[in-house]
Amino acid sequence: MKLRVSRRYVPLLATLFVFVAIFCLGGLQYRAFFSLRVFTNLFTDNAFLGLCAVGMTFVILSGGIDLSVGAMVAFSSTLIASLTQLAHFLPLPAIALVLVIGLLFGLAQGAVIHFYKAPAFIVTLAGMFLLRGLGFVINLNAIPVEDPLMVKLSTLGIPLGEKASLSFSACVLILAVVTTAVVLGFSKFGRNVYAVGGSELSVLLMGIPLVRTKLAIYALSGFFSAAAGVVFTIYTLSGSATAAMGLELDAIAAVVIGGTLLSGGFGFVAGSLIGALIQGVIQTLISFQGTLDVSWTKIFVGGLLLVFILLQRVFSQGMKKGGAAATGRAPRLAWAGTPAGDPAVGSTAGSGKP
Amino acid sequence: MNPRLRRITSLPLTWPLVTLACILLFDFLFTPGFFHLEVKDGHLFGSLVDIVKNAAPVMIIATGMTLVIATGGIDISVGAVVAIAGAIAGVLVARYHAPLLPVLVLPLIVATLCGAFNALLITGFGIQPIIATLILMVMGRGLGQLIIGGRVLWFRMVSFEYLGTGYLLGLPVRIFVAAALLALLTLALRTTPLGLFIQATGGSAKASRYSGLSVGLVKFVVYTFSGLCAGVAGLVLTANIHGSDAALVGMYIELDAILAVVIGGTSMNGGKFNLLGSLVGALIIQSLTTTIFTKGVPVQFTLVVKAAVVVIVILLQSGEFRRQLGALVPGRATR
Repeated sequence: MKLRVSRRYVPLLATLFVFVAIFCLGGLQYRAFFSLRVFTNLFTDNAFLGLCAVGMTFVILSGGIDLSVGAMVAFSSTLIASLTQLAHFLPLPAIALVLVIGLLFGLAQGAVIHFYKAPAFIVTLAGMFLLRGLGFVINLNAIPVEDPLMVKLSTLGIPLGEKASLSFSACVLILAVVTTAVVLGFSKFGRNVYAVGGSELSVLLMGIPLVRTKLAIYALSGFFSAAAGVVFTIYTLSGSATAAMGLELDAIAAVVIGGTLLSGGFGFVAGSLIGALIQGVIQTLISFQGTLDVSWTKIFVGGLLLVFILLQRVFSQGMKKGGAAATGRAPRLAWAGTPAGDPAVGSTAGSGKP
Repeated sequence: MNPRLRRITSLPLTWPLVTLACILLFDFLFTPGFFHLEVKDGHLFGSLVDIVKNAAPVMIIATGMTLVIATGGIDISVGAVVAIAGAIAGVLVARYHAPLLPVLVLPLIVATLCGAFNALLITGFGIQPIIATLILMVMGRGLGQLIIGGRVLWFRMVSFEYLGTGYLLGLPVRIFVAAALLALLTLALRTTPLGLFIQATGGSAKASRYSGLSVGLVKFVVYTFSGLCAGVAGLVLTANIHGSDAALVGMYIELDAILAVVIGGTSMNGGKFNLLGSLVGALIIQSLTTTIFTKGVPVQFTLVVKAAVVVIVILLQSGEFRRQLGALVPGRATR
């Protein structure tokens, strides 16, 4: 039993190890790299990606997917910029409005997915088209944000020694990760999320509120991607409907690198955060290096994805062999592999198996 | 309901065709000159030809995607494979001044290998299709940019560009490319039990395996073929603009292709598939886009309208929604 608990954290530790390894690699090559400033900047520069990844973690844990997050970031930033710059809204009501819209939009997507049994992939794809389109309808061009409060937020930070400081965006990200980690790990709702990803049928049979949980999951993803939009606006001080193209992909990659199984039922928010930071540290390393093409970032991230997915596979098969002996399933079957995945991997509430 | 009518409405191709007909009817009524065709320089011109021409790349990819989705999988890497194939073709033409044959064959071989790589991850390591193809989707455009060494590589080669912009018998060449691919596939599905195997795999991989079917092999063939289709589409798109733009070529084409397949009536749960439906789906998407453009709808509304139509199609395909709709119509028995 003790072994099992430690095994749960193996993917998370592997991700952390890769992050530390890349960071140290950078530190060995460039003296300026190994500093608190570079480290805190990672949080600032990738806050929007991290926030999207946090929301995406919930969705993927439940076995779903949300392709609308990048478009939500672009839509939110456009809306905030137009409201504050063109309609002379105060920034705080604009931000609040965006967050509410994000929540409701996610809720609506979840409702279509659940009540009409439509594939999450297609529904959130339509959501992506809709949000990108609405962004264009609001404004076709990039709008600079000059509101004093927003400008202040972009420079605000908790000083941590000389030169380094924890920016407002970084604080939002850390707060989000800590809160969601606690919710996922220790609340009833959190256990329900894992259970939905394990098996929806078992969830129904166990009497867990499936509808409420599923709707909440997609609403959370909408909320966090809207929050990412707010942070993105503060970070870039502009709103553009063409921003954050392909961000949904980076967020999914962050979640997978973070050790969450795409089949649902197993994973941690902290892993997704590190997954986002790994992408950031690779990008920083490449910009430090200077001669390498930017396209290498994607290639490295893709390579990491490959390695992590294969590791996950080996890891989960190791778990299966241990557990499968009892059910008498031949390893040959595991090799031929159904795409259903292994929801049973280490998840406590995941599989309602005896 | 009239039994004959019921039989027609239960045909898989009916609903996609009705959707397409609705869009075309709208154009017939409200867009003057939409159905006007004229012959210029021996080529056929008109909105209808444009629709088929612009839908061809999505049609080509949707052909492979239909089989993938029929096995219960998905391939989101096709856009990236389009970029890789286009990049290789561009480099062969611009840097090595290669003759036509290698320019056509080499990118297709690499695209097929890309598909085989996906297939290996899925069948060999038992990784979920969406994750396995995610890897190539993330990496592919980067690899393409690396191959062309920058963002865009322009070239001129009349014989290669013919594939993208040329005309044959008055019609765009790419229509023939899509048709040839479909014909070959249909022949393969008719003369071999491949179609049955694909449906069996998608219906229940476990049951198929227990009945002695090599599910791994079926999946391998399907994903490799999807890679090949993406390669063909990559050649067409690259030849069309006589340039390789690895960052943008075929952007979001995987989503359009998946949408075409789903609109065409193939369920994402796998099992039965409808190749012609997918092609009609591609035509629906393109005629919608063309209609929006020719109607002079401001360009920023294009995506909103597209999203609205997708939502309607999703809802119409949902049994639950049809039941709710049926309950609203008085005097009509619900199923």
